[in-house]
Amino acid sequence: MSTDTLAADTRVRAGTDRARTRRLRRSTRGRLWGAVAVTIALVWAFPAYWILNGALQPVEALRSPTPSFVPTDFTLDAFGRVLDGDFFASLRLSLSVTLICVALAVVCAFVAAVAISRFRFRGRVSFIIVVLTIQMIPPEALFISQYRMLNDWNLYNTIAGLSLLYVAAVLPFTVWLLRGFVDGVPVELEEAAMVDGCSRVRAFFTITFPLLAPGLIASGVFAFLQAWNEYTLAVVVMEPDNRTLPLWLRGMTTVSNEAIDWPAVMAGSVLVAVPVIVFFMIVQTKMTQGLVSGAVKG
Amino acid sequence: MDPQNRYENVGWTRKTTTKRVEMTTQETLAVAAPVRSRRRRRGGLGAYWLLVPAIAVLLIGEGYPLVRQVIMSFQEFGRAQQFGAPPEWIGLDNYRELFADAQMWGVVVRSLVFCAVNVALTMLIGTGFALIMLRAPRVPRVLLQVSMLLCWAMPVIAAMTAWQWLFDSRYGLINWTLTNLGLGDFTRHNWLIEPLSFYLVATVIVVWMSVPFVAFTAYAALTQVPEDALEAGQIDGANAWQRWRFIIYPSIRPALTIVLMLQIVWDLRVFAQIHYLQGVGGVPSETHLLGTYIYTLGVGQSEYGMASAFALFVLVLTLILTGRYVHALLKAETV
Repeated sequence: MSTDTLAADTRVRAGTDRARTRRLRRSTRGRLWGAVAVTIALVWAFPAYWILNGALQPVEALRSPTPSFVPTDFTLDAFGRVLDGDFFASLRLSLSVTLICVALAVVCAFVAAVAISRFRFRGRVSFIIVVLTIQMIPPEALFISQYRMLNDWNLYNTIAGLSLLYVAAVLPFTVWLLRGFVDGVPVELEEAAMVDGCSRVRAFFTITFPLLAPGLIASGVFAFLQAWNEYTLAVVVMEPDNRTLPLWLRGMTTVSNEAIDWPAVMAGSVLVAVPVIVFFMIVQTKMTQGLVSGAVKG
Repeated sequence: MDPQNRYENVGWTRKTTTKRVEMTTQETLAVAAPVRSRRRRRGGLGAYWLLVPAIAVLLIGEGYPLVRQVIMSFQEFGRAQQFGAPPEWIGLDNYRELFADAQMWGVVVRSLVFCAVNVALTMLIGTGFALIMLRAPRVPRVLLQVSMLLCWAMPVIAAMTAWQWLFDSRYGLINWTLTNLGLGDFTRHNWLIEPLSFYLVATVIVVWMSVPFVAFTAYAALTQVPEDALEAGQIDGANAWQRWRFIIYPSIRPALTIVLMLQIVWDLRVFAQIHYLQGVGGVPSETHLLGTYIYTLGVGQSEYGMASAFALFVLVLTLILTGRYVHALLKAETV
């Protein structure tokens, strides 16, 4: 921005002394802001660095009175300690719940998004309002009766029960997100294909559907992130013998603080966080747009 | 007629009745031609069929529990019920007991204060960071954005473990740093045992997690501020504060309002962070916020009636707070 304004400034008052002093001040100012930005970046990312730093050190290094800021005694032992049966059991559980959630949420949200985007029907706006409202309901406000419900249906502490709650929780936002994508594909494209002899269903699947791929990926990744990271509902409806990865990670830290194996905890955190960070980078922009769409677009 | 064709005729044409299912595709196109320019079709029952899966999931996962929760909030779950007796109807007694309960109001007030402090800090810091991103040269800016993105992406429990370790009484970096800076003896200082200090830790963590979203959204909005307006302001001699107050702020206000509302709701639901911190050293009875209080009442003490009544109170509170968000979204988007 500063360079643009600078150029504009120069155009307006080309050659005047004022502009020159201004430019000088700007560039020192720019450097100052740059320094501030770098400092903040380092401070904010520090916990992430600290996780990695901890995961690569032996236990003794982390228990010494002076902290070691770089992994001088580099070792991958912590990962070896953490990759045990418990981890793989939790990984299996987390993956099952997450994949079920992603598949169901994307399919249900996709057809619903097509309905509200491509059709006008009675109750359409009400449906949208209900979806947006449900999206805002915190899990805390319903988890007691969800807990009782799963208990009654013998779904307490099961993959099916937890997946059901997750699908319902992510569906509103995936519908809203996909609706935006379906809206973005002009109906005229489909209609052109139909003039050329395609049936409506075929026109939809050959023309519109491929254009929706980014939206489907974004909503799938969103569902993945939600289910993978979820903690609250998992605490409520799962037993300690049946833990998703976040609960497994927490389980390692609830022992007395002398006994916590910090390198192992940090290695566990790395294992849980890496897939999330990778996926997150893919969809971040889309998610932000979905949440604040309208406001930023202006 | 094969099922696919039936689907096609019912769902994807502009007909309003199902009686005309027998129409051929060609006829349909002929009928449709005059209204081709209209973007959305008047669907028959087709649109409703498409909504069935989503509605079914929402009804089972959210609708039914909601109805059930309303019913439970009027029921008593005492000792007899634990031995199999059906719950007893007690009308509004749960609500009466709840609203007369000082501990419950304590939780509500604490949650609202916690939420207000966290939202205010998050909004201020987030907007500040966005302004810094705007002014910083390219390389530092990208660095800051990558750092923010990394923190934003961090799974909540993975981040909690890092913060737990940073604040750890014995091996924590924070105690070590404070002691070595000569700010007092923080050796073995326990940050979680005192409620106020517990909330301080929780605030640091929640703000740290929430700032990136605010920063990115505010930055996106800031880049949309019309350049010529800023220039005009500068030529007219507006100082930095005046430019912010009269040019920048009004144009990013819609975005900030929506972020503010989301942030309020998110900071009321900090179950994961509070529950985690309580598990590793906090005193639960003194540090409950809305979510953990409902959890303790319901799952811990099997007081389903009271827990349901309180959860409904929280639900209503959230819906009041978010009514404006939903309204703003509906207004901003042409639905």
